[in-house]
Amino acid sequence: MWVTRRCGVATYISGMRPQDILLPAAAGLCCKPGGFHIDPVRPVERAVITHGHSDHARAGHGAVLATQETLDMMRLRYGENFAGSTQAIRYGEEIRLGDVSVKFHPAGHVLGSAQIAVTCKDTCIVASGDYKDAPDPTCAPFELVPCDVFITEATFGLPVFRHGDASDEVKKLLASVALFPERAHLVGAYSLGKAQRVIALLRQAGYDAPIYLHGAMETITGYYQSRGIDLGDLMSVKGVKKAALAGTITLAPPSATSDLWTRRFPDPVTAFASGWMRVRARARQRGIELPLVISDHADWDGLTATIAATGAGEIWVTHGQEDALVHWCRSKGLKAQPLDLVGYGDEEESETPLTDEAEA
Amino acid sequence: MNRFAELLDRLAYEPGRNNKLRLITGYFREVGDPDRGYALAALTGALSFKHAKPALIRDLIASRTDEVLFGLSYDYVGDLSETVALMWPKRGANNNESFPGHPSPPPSPARGEGAQRSAQRPMSTTANSHLASDGPTALSVPSPLAGKGQGEGNRGRDTSDAFHPSNHNNPPPPTLAEVVSTLRTLGKTELPKQLERWLDELDETGRWALLKLVTGALRIGISARLAKTAAAALGDKDPHDIELIWPGLSPPYLDLFAWLEGRGEKPVNRDPAPFRPVMLAHAIEDSDFAALDPADYIAEWKWDGIRVQAVAGRDERGHITARLYSRTGEDITGSFPDLVPSLRLPGAIDGELLILREGRVQSFNVLQQRLNRKVVSPKLIKEFPIHLRAYDLLGDDENDLRELPFAERRERLETFVRKLDDPRIDLSPTVPFASWEALTAARADPASAGAGEDADAVEGVMLKRRDAPYLPGRPKGQWWKWKRDPHIIDAVLMYAQRGHGKRSSYYSDYTFGVWTAGDGGDELVPVGKAYFGFTDEELLQIDRFVRRNTTEKFGPVRHVVHEGDKGLVLEVAFEGLQRSPRHKSGIAMRFPRISRLRWDKPPREADRLETLERMLKAEPAEIEV
Repeated sequence: MWVTRRCGVATYISGMRPQDILLPAAAGLCCKPGGFHIDPVRPVERAVITHGHSDHARAGHGAVLATQETLDMMRLRYGENFAGSTQAIRYGEEIRLGDVSVKFHPAGHVLGSAQIAVTCKDTCIVASGDYKDAPDPTCAPFELVPCDVFITEATFGLPVFRHGDASDEVKKLLASVALFPERAHLVGAYSLGKAQRVIALLRQAGYDAPIYLHGAMETITGYYQSRGIDLGDLMSVKGVKKAALAGTITLAPPSATSDLWTRRFPDPVTAFASGWMRVRARARQRGIELPLVISDHADWDGLTATIAATGAGEIWVTHGQEDALVHWCRSKGLKAQPLDLVGYGDEEESETPLTDEAEA
Repeated sequence: MNRFAELLDRLAYEPGRNNKLRLITGYFREVGDPDRGYALAALTGALSFKHAKPALIRDLIASRTDEVLFGLSYDYVGDLSETVALMWPKRGANNNESFPGHPSPPPSPARGEGAQRSAQRPMSTTANSHLASDGPTALSVPSPLAGKGQGEGNRGRDTSDAFHPSNHNNPPPPTLAEVVSTLRTLGKTELPKQLERWLDELDETGRWALLKLVTGALRIGISARLAKTAAAALGDKDPHDIELIWPGLSPPYLDLFAWLEGRGEKPVNRDPAPFRPVMLAHAIEDSDFAALDPADYIAEWKWDGIRVQAVAGRDERGHITARLYSRTGEDITGSFPDLVPSLRLPGAIDGELLILREGRVQSFNVLQQRLNRKVVSPKLIKEFPIHLRAYDLLGDDENDLRELPFAERRERLETFVRKLDDPRIDLSPTVPFASWEALTAARADPASAGAGEDADAVEGVMLKRRDAPYLPGRPKGQWWKWKRDPHIIDAVLMYAQRGHGKRSSYYSDYTFGVWTAGDGGDELVPVGKAYFGFTDEELLQIDRFVRRNTTEKFGPVRHVVHEGDKGLVLEVAFEGLQRSPRHKSGIAMRFPRISRLRWDKPPREADRLETLERMLKAEPAEIEV
């Protein structure tokens, strides 16, 4: 197990530089003195995983350290044998790994998502994984962790990405359902996190009719419910008659909302809940009629505010629009650099393909 | 303004006509006067003010943001107004709020623009937090420095936001009416400051709509006709009724909405030269003829120009006002000033706009040079002399002739045109025929049936019942159009793209090509794109074919197999060809559609580019302006 196994690499000298603690490698972010990788994209001996999205949590590692929720989701997605061994860690819990200590803090991204604080001597680096500082009824809120080096994502690292209040977007959806009672509303949403958040927001807005689910969403959504998250009355859309779907809301993986599968719905209004919907061209390109700007990543204001608030003097920027965020950090007198990590980004891309014979 | 912006936003994404109507009507119902009237004016293109130049917008954003960040953002978004709308940093946002949603140590930091600003402009931040903390008292002092409050500004970072509306001390966002009336009176030098204020007050969508409006780039795929139809639906009225009174109305259309909502009389059109809703024809099918008696009909050529209504009338002081309308009622007089002097007798002519050179009708391609021109230069007028060929007379001086039978109107038209005696206006000749066979022959060879040298500009024949009154819309059995057979080629399907709306799950937009000699032997070159003409069943078949024969995907576009012996041949019908430097093949098709699927034909037997080149040579050459 994790705690008992000591790392072989302990030959560090005092007064280490941050890159001696964490360094990008082919397999992902590598912590040599701790003997592990964070969110590795290739199988490694020991992996510390921030959250369950498939671009961060992959199968095939020797040992995995993650929150219970993340481990459960990996099990649901990849099967029982997704890793050699696993160990669950709670938020706030600290574990010694080799010459470093590792502590998990809520990232506010999806259920079980964590930022990982790696401390070696008196240097603390926080690998935030994906995070958001906006409220989300389906997961623990983002926690600010003061640190020396902050590793931030930059999915929405351009000042054009400012995601408004998600509940206003849900109101937009409900207004459309009221305006078009004879049509079905089909909401594209990533099946881990976004879908459940949209459902929870609909419930918060007072929508209490059954919400229909695409088959690919059922397992993870069921898991959320088993963790005590109230999502109200949910039904599988499979086998439901076309006419019965008029005036209803169905959630589906984004890729399903523009394909054969949609033909079972009466004149569907295609919505997509994503931070990308802020930019019109992105929405149009996907043929979306009702873009809903709901993001599980921090927007520009969230990124810059968080960076400033961590007190970190050095910022490493990964996946997304690194250039703009690095530029911003430097203009604020912070040391900043893009971190070349490959394999992260749109979680949808790596989602299990649909069972659509024609697409196969 | 925010509500109007919301409407525009939704319309921009909605592909379905009926759904667009529902959205617009819903807006009219929900929003009061005068805002909805200005919205109707914006949608019908009836607003007039001096537009702002993009350079002004650039200057505004440059004064507020980092140049590098703007550059990166603009590159990403690709649209100036949208980039500015999205990244506009509001001055005086209330930044020093903490976020109690985070139970974590250490004490909550400044966030959002706050962190950014406090570094940038410590002075103004202090001033803001002071204003914000003043709470309600600051309400009486609407200042551009005030916080942005609840709008979308505070973003509901934590749910407790809702319980603290007290820091809401910003001026309310402008209404559409305010924006429109201010823009009409504002001096050029005051515009930047005013825009800046509005940008501070509006939300993202509001800013986007504002910038589109002030730069005159409100392109959202709504026709004036559609907007009027939506207004009509508000009062369950016929859109034609609105068309009739429209020229006499002006924004914000208070009288119109009062009538639509049953609160007032129908507005009277005092316009001396009003538009009259146009009568349209059905396409005739071979099977229709059996039930028709040739003696009941008058035939005339269908000219390949644009259908217009030319109206002249006397105003209260007896002066002649003349207007030219498109078939949808759009006033296009401004594009054809050279025709106006010819419209000097009070009356309403239904006719075809053509270009005549030395008495000969030019092709539609030539006429196209005069369409959609903002500036009509004397050179353009000289080289593309405009002409009106008259089909029908709807009004003669004060008399409304629309109730009269066509045969009688036709007689009056002949008299009217003779009286007018103007070289720019002539009569569209009738085509005498005694039997359907005779008319078939005339249609097949217009040159020898009276059209003479103008035969190339004949698009087919029109059949009009002698006793038909002039009815708006497309009434059954009154008028028939019998077009000449279209050009046909066999082309090979090359790329397919998903459709929109109802068709978003189908590959329904097809790019097709013909063979031409390339470096490595024959290759296909794209010559056009079509997305209709096929039946629902055929759509399913092509869709299946596309999915099974995709060789590559580029976003929404699929590269479909197209080799000599593998691929799908489409029979494509089209109305004409035009040279086009924008297309690789150098050719653009007019009105292409899929007429048949040639499953039986191997792609190698499809047509060649040379065939199209030959057809093009037969068309009159285009003249550069």
